[in-house]
Amino acid sequence: MFDWLQNLADSLVYGVFGLEKSSKLGIAVNFFFYDTIKILILLLLITTLMGLVNAYFPVERLRDFLQRKKLYGLENLMASFFGAITPFCSCSSVPLFIGFVQGGIPLGVTFSFLITSPLVNEIALALFVGLFGLKFTLIYAVSGILLGTIGGMILGRMRLEKYLSEWVQNLIKAKAEGTSDYQGENIPFANRLILVFKEAWGIVKSIVIYVVIGIGIGAAMHGYVPENFFAEYLGSGQWWTVPLAVIVAAPLYSNAAGIIPVIQVLVAKGVPIGTAIGFMMATIGLSVPEATLLKKVMTAKLIGIYFGVVTLFIIISGFIFNLIL
Amino acid sequence: MTTIKILGTGCPKCNQTEAVIKEALAQCGKEAEVIKVEDIQQIMAYNVMSTPAIVVDEIVKMKGKVPTISEVLALIV
Repeated sequence: MFDWLQNLADSLVYGVFGLEKSSKLGIAVNFFFYDTIKILILLLLITTLMGLVNAYFPVERLRDFLQRKKLYGLENLMASFFGAITPFCSCSSVPLFIGFVQGGIPLGVTFSFLITSPLVNEIALALFVGLFGLKFTLIYAVSGILLGTIGGMILGRMRLEKYLSEWVQNLIKAKAEGTSDYQGENIPFANRLILVFKEAWGIVKSIVIYVVIGIGIGAAMHGYVPENFFAEYLGSGQWWTVPLAVIVAAPLYSNAAGIIPVIQVLVAKGVPIGTAIGFMMATIGLSVPEATLLKKVMTAKLIGIYFGVVTLFIIISGFIFNLIL
Repeated sequence: MTTIKILGTGCPKCNQTEAVIKEALAQCGKEAEVIKVEDIQQIMAYNVMSTPAIVVDEIVKMKGKVPTISEVLALIV
């Protein structure tokens, strides 16, 4: 699919720039050009696709769906799945959370959505497809959705309602009736596509700098760090690398765009894949700014429990990946 | 006078929305009071789940995206 791009990068770097094909600098510069362009194309494509999904299936409709349908115990899975396909914006997570619990959706189901939403987001997916390939992206997405499903179920079992902020508890008691006010806008598909594409363009433009920096660092490492450099210290024999990576990553607030290209190179140089996935899930899925936002609706204890459960599950997934991949 | 409220917890998109609305008002020469609502309890009183949202005279007109100038003009004129 991207052969033409490799040819372009080759002729640009080795032809126009005149760099040696086997030189470290040549490899690094080629890697940089090829990856940056490929990922920008994928970002634009996937963000547009997600934007379209959101345009036809906005959160209001999703809430109605979760509220009305008897889902026979599949609510958590559905909420988690929807979390994955809705575009994520950290500033919307609090209104969403309130909207869900206010609409009578159980806390555990709401948590399923909340866990998966940042974990499986359009930007991370585009970078994964570009850097790790389709198979890996699918594995990541499916495990992210499962993690949200199971995590939400367990949090739901723990009866945590009493740890919500008081005003939120009152909201639940008052249970706003007939909250559904969703009205579909009748916009022709072509116009809609243009609007969505414009918005996607805006999103990609705002993160392009991180992509370039991330790939730049990755490219430099790709050319200069020796093969299997990390295997010796962080190889799969070392079980403790998973919890260490996750615990280091959890408070880190790095956007996916910057961190994933670097992780890809670490994997290429011998870091086990489970450790890398654990690290990425923790960076993307858990962050201090998110905790600060949630502080408005939850007590510190509930945020602690929430982050604790998610961290634990990320560590477990890391172990599983190291065993099976 | 028309009152326009922008609901949002202070994310960059909300600031963009405010700028667009001010620009639209300047363009059409209409006067309106623009208020930013950042308190989550007040925001939830309007029952919106995606921000930024635009409220014109206490009616939610748009949510979840930064509007274009022409969209704002259509709302207020």
